[in-house]
Amino acid sequence: MANIFPKWVNTVPIKVIVALLLIKTAIVLGITYYFSPQYTRVGYAPTQPVAFSHEFHAGTLEIDCRYCHTFVEQSGHSNVPGTNVCMSCHSMVLKDDARLATVRQSYDSGEPIPWVRVHKVPDYVYFNHAVHVNRGISCVECHGKVDEMEVVYHAKQLSMGFCLECHRNPEDYIRPVEEVYNLDWERPTDPGAVKEIEEFVHDWGVNPPQSCSGCHR
Amino acid sequence: MSSDTTNNSIDAGQQALLDKVAPATLEEQVLVTNNRDFSWVTNKICRIVESNAPNWWWVCMSVALVTASFTLMGLIWLVSTGVGVWGLANPINWGWAIVNFVFWIGIGHAGTLISAILCLLKQGWRTSINRAAEAMTIFAVVCAGIFPLFHVGRVWFAWWLFPLPNANLIWPQFRSPLEWDVFAVSTYGTVSVLFWYMGMIPDLGVLRDRAVQRLSAGVYEETSKLRESMARYADVFRKYFYGILAMGWRNAGNHWRNYEMAYLLLAGLSTPLVLSVHTIVSFDFAVAVLPGWHTTIFPPYFVAGAIFSGFGMVLTLMLPLRALYGLHDLITQRHIDNMCKICLGTGSIVGYAYIMEFFIAWYGANPYESFAFINRAFGQYSWAYYIMFSCNVFTPQLFWFKAVRENASLVWIMSILINVGMWFERFVITVTSLANDFLPSSWGYYSPTIVDIFTFAGTFGLFSTLFLMFLRFLPLMPIGEIKFVMPQADPHGHSDDGKESQ
Repeated sequence: MANIFPKWVNTVPIKVIVALLLIKTAIVLGITYYFSPQYTRVGYAPTQPVAFSHEFHAGTLEIDCRYCHTFVEQSGHSNVPGTNVCMSCHSMVLKDDARLATVRQSYDSGEPIPWVRVHKVPDYVYFNHAVHVNRGISCVECHGKVDEMEVVYHAKQLSMGFCLECHRNPEDYIRPVEEVYNLDWERPTDPGAVKEIEEFVHDWGVNPPQSCSGCHR
Repeated sequence: MSSDTTNNSIDAGQQALLDKVAPATLEEQVLVTNNRDFSWVTNKICRIVESNAPNWWWVCMSVALVTASFTLMGLIWLVSTGVGVWGLANPINWGWAIVNFVFWIGIGHAGTLISAILCLLKQGWRTSINRAAEAMTIFAVVCAGIFPLFHVGRVWFAWWLFPLPNANLIWPQFRSPLEWDVFAVSTYGTVSVLFWYMGMIPDLGVLRDRAVQRLSAGVYEETSKLRESMARYADVFRKYFYGILAMGWRNAGNHWRNYEMAYLLLAGLSTPLVLSVHTIVSFDFAVAVLPGWHTTIFPPYFVAGAIFSGFGMVLTLMLPLRALYGLHDLITQRHIDNMCKICLGTGSIVGYAYIMEFFIAWYGANPYESFAFINRAFGQYSWAYYIMFSCNVFTPQLFWFKAVRENASLVWIMSILINVGMWFERFVITVTSLANDFLPSSWGYYSPTIVDIFTFAGTFGLFSTLFLMFLRFLPLMPIGEIKFVMPQADPHGHSDDGKESQ
């Protein structure tokens, strides 16, 4: 009986297998890279209505985070300040500068400046700022070095995995409460200090929830 | 064993004793009747796919496709609107979807039992029904899979059921029986497909070679030129289609040796699956601490019920096929008898389990447990309980009678009643325990919505569509294996008309 398939067909199965493996690898790598929050969120830096520089105010002038974000220690929500806070300085400093025209206008009219929100967790996630900062989680852990940002950008992933990494090993992220707003604080490596931080975890009863309903309430 | 040897070696005393008790001679019925030869078997099975589709096939296919579209509509409705369109509401959050899942998964069990356990037990009668039963298994798993898949609510997140690395750094809950189900059912589906396909390879080779032979001989005697060229193109298609699927099968001795070994290994692999899959399905209920679910009898009772319903479905499918394709010499009364007896055996186990559940509810002296069972039989769902009990316990008992087993129409109606009963069994188990749980203030009554009904009815269409496609394109029975169990396959069998060949 004559051959049904020509001779070149002999190598087709191995070619198909190799092609499928390559396609599969490409899909896996592609999804891993392009579908992760590292790609979709990190680096988001919208242009704000006022070119407010955190680098200058928080970095050079060393104004404390809480001077403007006043309720972060008391409230679940960390507030964006009203223009009256800006004017507490700028009524005297650079009072006629053109770059502050929008701020003065807002102060006079009472209409808030439409800041573009950079960091946002989904509606189905419960996050409480006060609980975190009062138990030694610094601003820098989620927001990055804001005091070095000319324009604020999304520095960390803020994915569920990002949250869980800390909730599973809080001792790797907790710092002394007085260092929470010191974004330049460096984690000590000597055993004494490490033990001290582990004692914070124990003494403060830090027991971050890992069950679904901890955050998805 | 053989009548020849016993006759030759007994002495006079034994002969006198034999004459006194006059033992009845038990004649073993042959598995292929009417003294058919090998080429008849090949032709019979191959012509089902080679000849034009009969009219009944087109009618059935149209009806099946229309019915299958019900499932599609139901699912589109569900996904575009939300799970609220199903009749699920507190406290009954497992309704028809779970009932239908267990129902379809159970039906598949006959295929695995026939292909694995009966193969290891060297039951020759499995050969003419195993291919169709395996196809039934796979299509039933397809139908079953739809329900839990869409029951997760956001079906686009269904991949979370599999332990894949993700940016959320979470894994499925490995302590949940629902997660065990994912692995049990996907393993079951995979092994069933492998078994089914591997067993088909020699027959696909036969279909390929027959197409090639017709093409090279050029024998196309049709009424018109058009029909002739259509027949020729069909064979060209068959040549390549079956040529690819047969994977280079040459009917060589070493091919058969490897085939037999692979078949045996797969039979060994899938034997535990016959028991494990429905055991794990029963864990969905038994691991929960709800009265009526939390019982240790569930795994064996579910497995028996699954095989019961599976053989019911095999009978439902094979009896019409036998009549439509004239397969009476291949599916003999002996095959039907055996299937009826398996239904009788497993059906009796199921009936025993129903009664034993009541006994344990009383013997366990747990008021919630006793309430759950009294409520099943006399509560708001008692109508479902009576349908279940009469179909599953009384129907199979009729199979004790030879006259019943020999009446094909009656057997067919009973086989449908068995599956009606088995569907209601899952309904009774799932819904009654949820509707009346510990807290009377939260009690409720579950009714399916039109979407539930459409989605479920459509799965019968989907199942039939797949099965009709199988009939049309793939060999219905394993040609080679049937020849092994024919009287003619045993050259020593000629002396006594092939009676020893099984």
